[in-house]
Amino acid sequence: MTEQELKIQEKKTANQGGETTKNETYFAPHVDIFETEKDVIVIADMPGVASESIDLSLEDNILTIQGHRAPQKQMGRILLEEYESGHYLRRFTVAETIDQEKIEASLADGVLRLRLPKVGPAQPKKIEIKIG
Amino acid sequence: MAFVRFADRPAFRNPWAEFERIRQGLDELSRTYVDKGKAQNRTNVYPALNIFEEGDRLIITAELPGVKIQDLELSLEGETLTIQGKRDNKQNDKSASYHRREIESGSFRRAITLPIKVDMEQIGAKLNNGILVITLAKASAATPRQIKVSAE
Repeated sequence: MTEQELKIQEKKTANQGGETTKNETYFAPHVDIFETEKDVIVIADMPGVASESIDLSLEDNILTIQGHRAPQKQMGRILLEEYESGHYLRRFTVAETIDQEKIEASLADGVLRLRLPKVGPAQPKKIEIKIG
Repeated sequence: MAFVRFADRPAFRNPWAEFERIRQGLDELSRTYVDKGKAQNRTNVYPALNIFEEGDRLIITAELPGVKIQDLELSLEGETLTIQGKRDNKQNDKSASYHRREIESGSFRRAITLPIKVDMEQIGAKLNNGILVITLAKASAATPRQIKVSAE
């Protein structure tokens, strides 16, 4: 079912803690996040970012996705400008416990796909009470 | 109803003053819109395009994340360039429960009229990391020709 027409989604500037010294724009990439039995999957649109310029981190349950775009070379006279390009930044608080060692990331066609495997839920221990 | 003493009323009321006030209000409104758009040309048709002119070339770029090369189709007819394709972002996993859904799936088609005549033989298009770059060469008629001035 791909009959639906794609629409232009407005780019939102990312909220950074504090201003950067460089005058560069950071956009919050559009994401899909879903959860399966075993993993949490994050899909983020980051066109123009090469795989080596993606920074990912998971600290204190905060997942940071950051992507840097190569500085654009000046391409002559602008005739039409309908979109701006910039770096990407977005942070999420992950509720589930994630196995940090097994995080997988792949990048294809400007789309980042992250697989965050959940740590198996701790089995509740049953404490038996003996009546003496 | 409030009483207005006769002396408080302005001696002469300009019947057009109200219109003037509305006009100023509208001016202000349109100004704020222009500021918001940063003088950019917003469009509703996907994808958004940037067009540059560089010497004898015309460069068109678009951000097309998630669009595969085989799903993208470009055609040039006369001076009309058509970009069409689709993006499939459906997940096969039935058990998936979504937390956020911001990425859309669907098809797109955009036709633009090129500002200048181009050489049909020299067209290059690249799709790299979700960025489409189309390079067109201006037709020889459109490239500036140096005219030599000679003294008699």
